[in-house]
Amino acid sequence: MGWSIKAEGLGKDYVIRHEAGHRYVALRDVISDSMRGLFGMRRTAGERPASTRERFWALRDVSFEIDQGERVGIIGRNGAGKSTLLKILSRITDPSLGSVRLRGRVASLLEVGTGFHPELTGRENIFLNGAILGMTKIEIRRNFDQIVEFSEVQKFLDTPVKRYSSGMYVRLAFAIAAHLESEILIVDEVLAVGDTAFQKKCIAKMEEIGRSGRTVLFVSHNMGPIAALCSRCILLAAGELQSIGPTLDVISEYNRVAELHTTVDIEPSMRNRGDGRVRFLSVSISNKRNEPLNSFLIGDEIKLEFLVESNLSEEISFWVIIFDATGRPLLSSHQRDIEIVRIGRGRFRLEFLTSGMGLMPGSYTISAGAFDQRLTFLEWVDNCQQFEVLTSFQDGVAFDGRWGAVNLPAQWSLSPSG
Amino acid sequence: MVIEAGRAERHYWRDLWTYRELFLFLAWRDILVRYKQTAIGIAWSLIRPVITMLVFTVVFGRIAMLPSEGVPYPVLVVAAMLPWYFFSTAVTEGSNSLIQNANVVSKVYFPRLIVPISAVAVSLVDFVISLLLLAVLMAWYQIMPSARVLFLPVFLGLVVILTVGLTLWLAALNVRYRDFRYVVPFLMQVGMFLSPVGFSGVVVSEGWRAVYSLNPMVGIIEGFRWCLLPGYDLDMRAVWFGALISFLILGAGINYFRRTERSIADVI
Repeated sequence: MGWSIKAEGLGKDYVIRHEAGHRYVALRDVISDSMRGLFGMRRTAGERPASTRERFWALRDVSFEIDQGERVGIIGRNGAGKSTLLKILSRITDPSLGSVRLRGRVASLLEVGTGFHPELTGRENIFLNGAILGMTKIEIRRNFDQIVEFSEVQKFLDTPVKRYSSGMYVRLAFAIAAHLESEILIVDEVLAVGDTAFQKKCIAKMEEIGRSGRTVLFVSHNMGPIAALCSRCILLAAGELQSIGPTLDVISEYNRVAELHTTVDIEPSMRNRGDGRVRFLSVSISNKRNEPLNSFLIGDEIKLEFLVESNLSEEISFWVIIFDATGRPLLSSHQRDIEIVRIGRGRFRLEFLTSGMGLMPGSYTISAGAFDQRLTFLEWVDNCQQFEVLTSFQDGVAFDGRWGAVNLPAQWSLSPSG
Repeated sequence: MVIEAGRAERHYWRDLWTYRELFLFLAWRDILVRYKQTAIGIAWSLIRPVITMLVFTVVFGRIAMLPSEGVPYPVLVVAAMLPWYFFSTAVTEGSNSLIQNANVVSKVYFPRLIVPISAVAVSLVDFVISLLLLAVLMAWYQIMPSARVLFLPVFLGLVVILTVGLTLWLAALNVRYRDFRYVVPFLMQVGMFLSPVGFSGVVVSEGWRAVYSLNPMVGIIEGFRWCLLPGYDLDMRAVWFGALISFLILGAGINYFRRTERSIADVI
């Protein structure tokens, strides 16, 4: 099996006009401008601010090669050039520089239900959307039953899609694109809309597509699905290819780049209680090797480092609570269970290192604070740090969707009795 | 397949062929939606030509007493409305089609030519409805078309060529200059009176005929009347002019559309 996508020196520039607030030109401006020219009414300097044109490179010098049957993730911050790259690969827009070679047909799902018409029924939209994605009528017919089965909308096939729930809408849209018989499938951040069960189904489907020798390109902000699905990742930053390699390596590089998030300066708005005698100034998050990180694998140790300013000298204790994405407190840790510390005036560094927690995949937020001896709050900040647990165990085994909020480390033993 | 800077052209016509079914699907969608959304759906496409016919017959036939070449005035008007309404609805709808489908155009690749052309195809429905109206009218007045009716496809072909050419041009312009949206309906309104829709082309004096024939719709409308109405005379100069100009507009339209097409997704 050879290469499937080969990009060489891809670049795309846009000209930004700072003067014009609109993306399009109004004919009246063009006419009035040319009329002035015609009648020799030259613009005097300063009459209208000369439009400053600026060349903006949305993508610059991007080269990579993807093999047939590979599942590759594309990650990067907003504005890193992910969408532009996908638009070039799916031929919506032309590159300004460079070239891409593609082996086979490309199906792209850049948006949920592109071309769905709300007035038409599910059945009609399958045919319409299929045709827009480049399927022939015969192809759609052949895959019709599979599409319906995958999308689970059998009962509503003859209902206009405007009456569909957003979940049904996404399911149908994904099902159509996934059943396109193309050699390359490009999926943008579309799964964010569906429920977790369906996301898993989609990822399983994309895995299957990859196994059948078709190439899958997948873009997401959420590292969970990327880690679960992709064997390799492309990291884009400011329009340039920052790195390409095995998924977990690239994800951790992506997180390292996120300096901004691994250290949070405490804002007064985060403060829930506290009289200011003891204050947190900043909170940093890292793994136990002190590498700044915001995402962890199931079972990883997490280290927090607080910068503390104190105006009193007294015996106090600190606490940390971890909340899940829904705001439910999951885990608490209180220093006073173990020790009470004596603090003086000045600045201190407080370190907090968990043992392997086994939090299940998801995103989590942290609250922290300090008690005095009578357990009144000296400090309490909410949502002062965030992290994510990826869908993979420490040893690299993929998350299997097991139940529970926390994976419980325990000792098991089986022995013959009697 | 290779995508290279500035060289998307190569597969264009082949792609157009691959996507030929999409063209039908888009037309089918627009027709379906049109008749699902409006309660009076089909009735609407009938009411409009009937009312126009009545107004023109009264204003031009009765009040202005314009000549009708021995044909009942309503028949004269409807025979002209056949190509005219096809032309004007197709151009109006077609020139907005790219913008109306902006969400699709910016998210999926297919040859963009398909969008305006399928909008034109939808207007063929209006054409068929007007044709039925004309058939009823001619039966009422007991007019039997002669063998000249066999030339009807030629003139239909001409009006399609003109319409597609103009639609492509305007659709591309509309993406770039959004105020074309207001210009097009106005052009169509003026055009209806500049073309011999409400009256016969013979009212234009001999000296001005050549100038008048620069409007390609003159030759087409008169051609339709000639095909359908026995005893109606046809000025061949108008037809040749009309054909020539239609083909020129088609060429220019395709050319302009193709040139702007590559940047459509960036601008829209």
